[in-house]
Amino acid sequence: MAEPLDQIFVTLKRLLVQLAPVGWQPFLAAIISVAAVIATFAALFALATVLERKGLGRIQNRYGPNRVGPFGFLQPVADGLKALTKEDVVPRAADQLVHFLAPLVLVVPVFLSLAVLPMGRNMVPVDLDGGVLFFFAVGAATELSVFMAGWSSRNKYSLLGAMRAIAQMISYEVPLILSALAAIMMAGSLSTVKIVEAQAGYTGWLPHWYALTPWGFAGLLLFLIGATAESNRSPFDLPEGESEIIAGYYVEYSGFKFALFFLGEYIGMFAASGLAITLFLGGWHAPLPFLEWFPSWGWFFAKLLGLLALFIWVRGTLPRLRMDQLMNFAWKFMLPMTLINILVTGAWRFMGAGAARWVVCSLLILVPYVLLGRVLRAGGQVAPRVYRYGE
Amino acid sequence: MVNEPMATLIVLASLTLAGALAAMWLRNLVHCALALAVSLAGLAAVYLQLDAQFVGFAQLLVYVGAVAILIVFAILLTRGSEPHPQPILSSTWLVGAGVAVAVFAVFAWGILSSKAVKQEAAPAPATTVAQLGNQLMTHYILPLEVLGLLLTSALIGAVLIAMQERRPR
Repeated sequence: MAEPLDQIFVTLKRLLVQLAPVGWQPFLAAIISVAAVIATFAALFALATVLERKGLGRIQNRYGPNRVGPFGFLQPVADGLKALTKEDVVPRAADQLVHFLAPLVLVVPVFLSLAVLPMGRNMVPVDLDGGVLFFFAVGAATELSVFMAGWSSRNKYSLLGAMRAIAQMISYEVPLILSALAAIMMAGSLSTVKIVEAQAGYTGWLPHWYALTPWGFAGLLLFLIGATAESNRSPFDLPEGESEIIAGYYVEYSGFKFALFFLGEYIGMFAASGLAITLFLGGWHAPLPFLEWFPSWGWFFAKLLGLLALFIWVRGTLPRLRMDQLMNFAWKFMLPMTLINILVTGAWRFMGAGAARWVVCSLLILVPYVLLGRVLRAGGQVAPRVYRYGE
Repeated sequence: MVNEPMATLIVLASLTLAGALAAMWLRNLVHCALALAVSLAGLAAVYLQLDAQFVGFAQLLVYVGAVAILIVFAILLTRGSEPHPQPILSSTWLVGAGVAVAVFAVFAWGILSSKAVKQEAAPAPATTVAQLGNQLMTHYILPLEVLGLLLTSALIGAVLIAMQERRPR
């Protein structure tokens, strides 16, 4: 086993901490973890922007950035320099203080929520007893930031965008948390580390990931949909719909403040993907038994990049939803499905191993899925579109 | 004299109090709501400092995440967010201050004279989130179910209120 490579960062941190005097060691350990997390995810953000632009370019039959550096991979450096040197325009009517604080209120909680994600064996910044709860509690501040940005800009498009964003985030937070509940119920703990431990081991070739059970698969899909909506990404990007309200709540942000919003959005997406990996995709565990030689942190980030590819693919493929479709989807489809999924998880827990529970639980999810879809479509959802102007 | 937890408490308490004061004194209602959110977050931090993880996170999730947004929406949907020309102090501020002082005095007297304060500070019981959950699901199952029923009826009521507006069109 490649034990040294697997624990390389843990060992490195221990060696560094031992250099300090005894009284400072806990403090230094915390600083090192925080610095490592911020540096890693900021680098990942830079990589993600260029990968996303290239991926979207390929989907839309064009090249994407390919001028700066080899294959255009230095594009984020150029973008960052541009954002830093650009003039910071603040509207004269804007509420200066709130306008300034809004990006900070977004970025700080989003980075905080990374603190409870186990990114490898023994590699979690803080192992909290209520880790998943912490994740969602900290994420609650982002809605406030969106409101602050939209309201303080004194721009009707900003305010509209903020209203849309908040309505969407509140609506999708309910199914997001309820779908996470299934994995919490099964692991019997709110601690992210314990949830990952509960998914260790293999049956034959298959890992014990929750995503490989009927309820876990449904939960993962519901969670990913909720996470996409939470991070305001396409097809849920109504709050920034360029064709309708220019750019939503950050119309009036330019230069580095806009870059901070951008950063917050991406880190939020990484955090949600990281939680999806922790809850359903086995955390840092290898997908197949003979692949365990690969370091655990490598698996975590490989899964993260995989989910990122999925998000890019979805963004390039699906059109934007309409507001009523968005709300209907959240309350009439996502919410019932997550509630059913919780019941199915309970059934799975108490039915005991065997083929019977596979059949029963799969049916319990598939039948409501089909029925709900049919009923919602029959309810006058598919009709000739009526265009109304200037109402 | 001032040990480390005390210093943290002083910082957090002053943040909470500053938020609360700003919520009362600022002229712009939206600023007041945001200051209130700061105050609520400070309270959550105090809970966390006292090792009450669940209460702290629930405070953040419910008050900062939901109640603050609710207040902000209520302000935007009802009256303009422009500052009003009224003076900050109402004409009866003296009576109000008197009532506030009286209430504070009664509380302080009640707390200081209770037995709980006189006892030596017992070692804080290590309450984990799991223990809380177990207690809720076993010993306190009936209150939990009643609360669930109450919230469900409130939810249905809210949906009904929202639906009735659409019918006449």
